[in-house]
Formats: sequence, C-alpha cells, structure tokens
Amino acid sequence: MKIYAGIDIGSCTTKSVVIDEQGNLLGSDVRRSGIDYKTVAKESLETALAGKSLEGVPVVSTGYGRHNVSFAIQAKTEIACHAKGAYFYVPRAVNVVDIGGQDNKVIRLDAEGRTIDFKMNRKCAAGTGTFIEEIAIKTAIPLDKLDELARKSQNKVKIGSYCTVFASTEILSLICSGVKAEDLSKGVFDSVVARVLEMIPLADTILLCGGVVAWFPIVAEIFREQVKGEVIVPPHPQLTGALGAALFARETTF
Amino acid sequence: MEIKAAQQLKGLMKQHFMELDEASRTKNKKIAWCSSVGPAELAMSLGFLVYYPENHAAMLGSTRTAMDYIPVANANGYSPEICSYLTSDIGAYLRHETPLTKAYGIKEVPRPDVLLYNTNQCRDVGDWARFYGREFNVPVLGINTPHTQNEAREHVVKSVSQQLRDIVPDLEKVAGRRFDIDEFRAVLARSRECSVLWDKVLDTGSHQPTPLTFFDECIHMGPAVVMRGRQEANDYYKALLAEMQERVAQGVAAVPGERFRFYWEGMPIWGKLRNMSELFARLKAPVVVSTYCNSWIFPAFDPANPFDSMAEAYCSIFIGQDDAWKENYIAEKVKRFAIDGILFHDARTCASNSNNRYGMSKRLSDKLGIPHLVINGDLNDLRCFSEEQTVTNIEAFVEQIEESHRENIRRH
Ligand code: SF4
Repeated sequence: MKIYAGIDIGSCTTKSVVIDEQGNLLGSDVRRSGIDYKTVAKESLETALAGKSLEGVPVVSTGYGRHNVSFAIQAKTEIACHAKGAYFYVPRAVNVVDIGGQDNKVIRLDAEGRTIDFKMNRKCAAGTGTFIEEIAIKTAIPLDKLDELARKSQNKVKIGSYCTVFASTEILSLICSGVKAEDLSKGVFDSVVARVLEMIPLADTILLCGGVVAWFPIVAEIFREQVKGEVIVPPHPQLTGALGAALFARETTF
Repeated sequence: MEIKAAQQLKGLMKQHFMELDEASRTKNKKIAWCSSVGPAELAMSLGFLVYYPENHAAMLGSTRTAMDYIPVANANGYSPEICSYLTSDIGAYLRHETPLTKAYGIKEVPRPDVLLYNTNQCRDVGDWARFYGREFNVPVLGINTPHTQNEAREHVVKSVSQQLRDIVPDLEKVAGRRFDIDEFRAVLARSRECSVLWDKVLDTGSHQPTPLTFFDECIHMGPAVVMRGRQEANDYYKALLAEMQERVAQGVAAVPGERFRFYWEGMPIWGKLRNMSELFARLKAPVVVSTYCNSWIFPAFDPANPFDSMAEAYCSIFIGQDDAWKENYIAEKVKRFAIDGILFHDARTCASNSNNRYGMSKRLSDKLGIPHLVINGDLNDLRCFSEEQTVTNIEAFVEQIEESHRENIRRH
C-alpha cells in the first residue's frame, strides 16, 4: 500500500497526518512545536506513521516551519494546504475559516476548489488561540473548563477591542464590575468569532478548522448563531492543513 | 544579475552628497531642502543645491538605522502613527547621526539656507520642514496644494502657479541674486528630459521577460529624485536605458524563468528591499511595474510656460488624484505590463500611499479580473512589518495564481 504524509508546523503546534491512496486517515499526531522544528517534525511524523518506515514516503510540509523539514519533497503554504484539506471534506464552493494558535485565515474557494482570495490575520493575537490561553491564565480559569463554563452564560458581555492588550484591559474592568465567570468566558469566545467576521464578509457555506474549534466546540455554535450559511466542522479540524499537505504529496507523486 | 550602470549611479550619488557637504562647510553655494515633489527646479534656477530629506530618510530605511531613530522622535512628541520618514529623519537629527558618514565620510547633513515643500503629496512634508525651520532658524516656503480632485483641477493649478511666483522674492533674498526666467526654463527643460528618459527606462519592464524589477528601480530612481534638472542625471539615464534596451534585445531576464508578473502599489519597504527582491526572484515572479517609481515623471513641464506648467506637473502626480483617476492609471499599466496580480503595500505610517484602504484593491480586482494581495508593512518602521507573515502571504498568492493558470490551461 502506498502511503503519503503531510506535516504542518504551526506557530504553536505541529500536526502530522498519514493517508493512503484514497485519502483515508491512517495515522496522525499533534504536539507542541517548541523551538526545534527539525526534531519535532521528525518525531511527530514518526508517531503518525506508528512504526511504519519513513523511507520512501512522500512528505509535503506546510505552516510556519515548512522550510525547516529536510525530508519533505515540497513546501506549500498553509493557505494552499488548508484549502486542499477543506475541499477534500467539502468539495464545493466554501469559505474556509482556520482559527489557529497565533493567526486566523479565511480562504474563499470556488466550486472547483480554487482559491478566489484569502486573508490572514497575524497583526495581533486577538481572536486566536493564544488570546484564549492568555485570558484563561489571567482569570485563573482552567483552559479545559472554559467551554463548559461559557455554556452556562445568561448575560451577554462584549469585548470589543482589536488588540489583545486592550481586550485584556476590557476584561479587567469587567471583572471589577463583578461580571460572572461564565459570562466572561462566553464573551471571550464571542470576541474570537467577531474578530474573524471582521476579516471578510462570510456568506454561504463555512468550514471551520484549526485547534480552537477542536478544543472549544462552542465556537462553532457561536458561528452558527451569527452567520446565515451552513457551518461545517470536519472530523479532525486541527489536522486540515496537514491533511492538505498529505494530499499534495499524493498529487505530486501519483 | 548586476546592472552595469550601478557603478555610475554610485559615483553620481556620491557627487551629489559631496557637493552638498562642500557647500555646507565652505558656504560656496546656498542649500535648499525640498520635499521630493516640491519646487526644486525653481530653487536650482537660483543657484541652490537641493537636498531632499525624503531621500535621506529612505537611506535611514534601507540601512535599517531608522529603527534606532524613530523611537527618538516618538519620545519627542512625534507619533509612531505619522510618516516614518519624518520620524526617522528627525530622530537621526536629534541624535546627530546620519548614514552619510558611513557611506561618504560626511560628518553631518548639509545645513539648509531655506526649506521648501509642497503638500501635493501629504501634510507631513510641511510639518517636517517646519521642524527644521525652527531648528536652523531659516525661512520655510511652502506650496499648499490640496489633494486635487478632477473637477477642481483648473483652480488648483492656477493657485499653485501663483504660489510658485509668490515664493520667488523670498527665494531671491536667500539666494542673494535675481531670478532669471531663462535659467528656470533651462532647468525645467533638463528636468523634463530626465522624466522622459526615466519613463523609457521603466517602460522596458513591459517586455517579457522584464530586464529590470521594481527593486532595481527603487535604487536607480535616485538621480530622478535628487538630480533631476541636472545634465548628469540625463546622461545617467541614457546609459541605463541603453543597457536595458540591450537586455531586451538579447532577451536577458532580470528574473530568469519569469512565470508571473506583479504590480506594486504603494511605498517600498526600504529595510527589506533585498529580501523582497530575492523572494520574488525565488518565486520567479518579478514585480515589473509600480506606482512609486513612476511618480517622478513630469511630462507636463513646458519651458515655454514654466510657472503654469510646473504647477500643472506637480498637481498631476498620482498621489494627489482621486480614486477613479488612480484606478484608471493602474488599469492601464496592468494591461501594458501584462500583470497577473496587484500587490498593495499598506504602509502603516503613510496613509497617502496606502491606496487599498478605501476599497480600491477590491474594486480593481473585480474590474480587471486579476487577484490582489494586501501586504501590511511600512516604508521605514519595521516594527509594523512581519517578514514571516509577508513571505507566507506572497507565496500563497503565487500558489493561487499558479492554480488559476493551470486551470485556464486545462480549459483551453
Ligand atoms: S507621502 Fe507618505 S512617506 Fe512621503 S513624506 Fe508624506 S507621509 Fe511620508
């Protein structure tokens, strides 16, 4: 059986995916990227291969560290790979929204899966995974309780700032005014969605991917409330880019 | 591949600064500081040597020393949100430093006898000149041009022509000599020739493959900015033009294997010029035309009618027009240069040169059927620029164009 691999070295986490010729997921791995991209790439891929040899396996790399993977046959941008991975799940015109650790991407695809345009936001961490993490630390709410807590919210709290530092200040003043932890948590997720909706007008079908959606399913629910079109979350939202890379590997060696 | 004329260029720029330095030290000539599209020719006709703070600021940008100086100006009340040419230049002045020392052994920037500006490009040039007016205690003479809207053009040009006439007596006083209209005509004629030649150089970029890129042009535009009106600039562009024409005739590509061609709208990112140049070369997708390098072309100059035509020329620059005019301008270039995509540089500290901000990028893409990409950065302030993000955006943009070309080939 021929197998293909994709590796997505993101700013926060590294994701690896191994697929067969049909695109079936054979193995995967997610881990912190750390500071040694070369080693983390190798270790992550070996885990995803689950004992199979890396020898002769076509690998395409993507993400921040895409140019650091010596064994990759090609490096592709995370835009191209997310588009590819998303279209594999939803083969029609779709808006791909990736909410990552340090950036957001919105990619508009036409019915054939071609990129019409894309936008990346990395000016500030507001609206990204890092922002959520930072707020969790500041408020001493455990990260894995945030989703559950937010679901209990009864009162809307608005966090409007573009900037993480300003948003943190807004949160501090909310805390001072005695706002409840659950309302605050929900407000944080609302603001993440608001930052994405500011990037590009989103109509029709949206496919959500990236780590934030994987960790906090409530984000998808907020999207569903806010947009008219269908909101789809693929089975492994965080692996979309790595899957796209693996699909590119399959394409180039077919 | 190295452009041969680059050696000559180095000599010319050195001559420009050495002359200014000598004048500053010996007072053998008067010195006017002038905004880049200010009334330079008028001053030259009165015997002034002209120094351009914007050119100095671009040197601060390309040497990346701007990053040491911008915070100094910020601390002295000049916001990080305003022109980073201004803030880096003023910061360097406050620190008594200049890249001219390293480049030419010049101790300090030449002292001005008068400061000239024209707000045809932005308000910042006026604020910048007034700062130095206070520092050096010399007269500041400004031409105030509103951002010309097509409908008001005639009135604006008339007013500017009058303003140009009005500064002559003050200039005479500083120069210590009488204004001679024939001298003025002669300078204008030479400046016009410089425009024509520079235009021809830039137009060689319309050939496929292009013999030069935007990044080469940013360097070779030096004489068109700081020595226009002087014969040496014209001689230089004749040589550069001949070299480019030879490249075209022999099919020599600035970027071997040229696949796609880009338009660059907005300011260069001076501190990253080389990196950007290498990136586009690696992607085999040169930037072949820009608004910026085309901004020092003034075909309206007419020695027979010097004041009015100078007013007309300096009111006609791209930066001062309305969006409809700008869009037509870009559309024509896109066609002539066979452009595959437009890059809009949104320079954080220069609103006047960041044309994407009012929807133009989308309008042009819709109208021309070609994609665009907005690059967030700045001319001098690298705190506003993420290289990694920009590289990814540009690579993804090339992938997008690649994909659509592949599809088109498949369909036909
Ligand atoms: S046009 Fe922009 S870069 Fe040039 S002087 Fe004005 S603000 Fe500065």
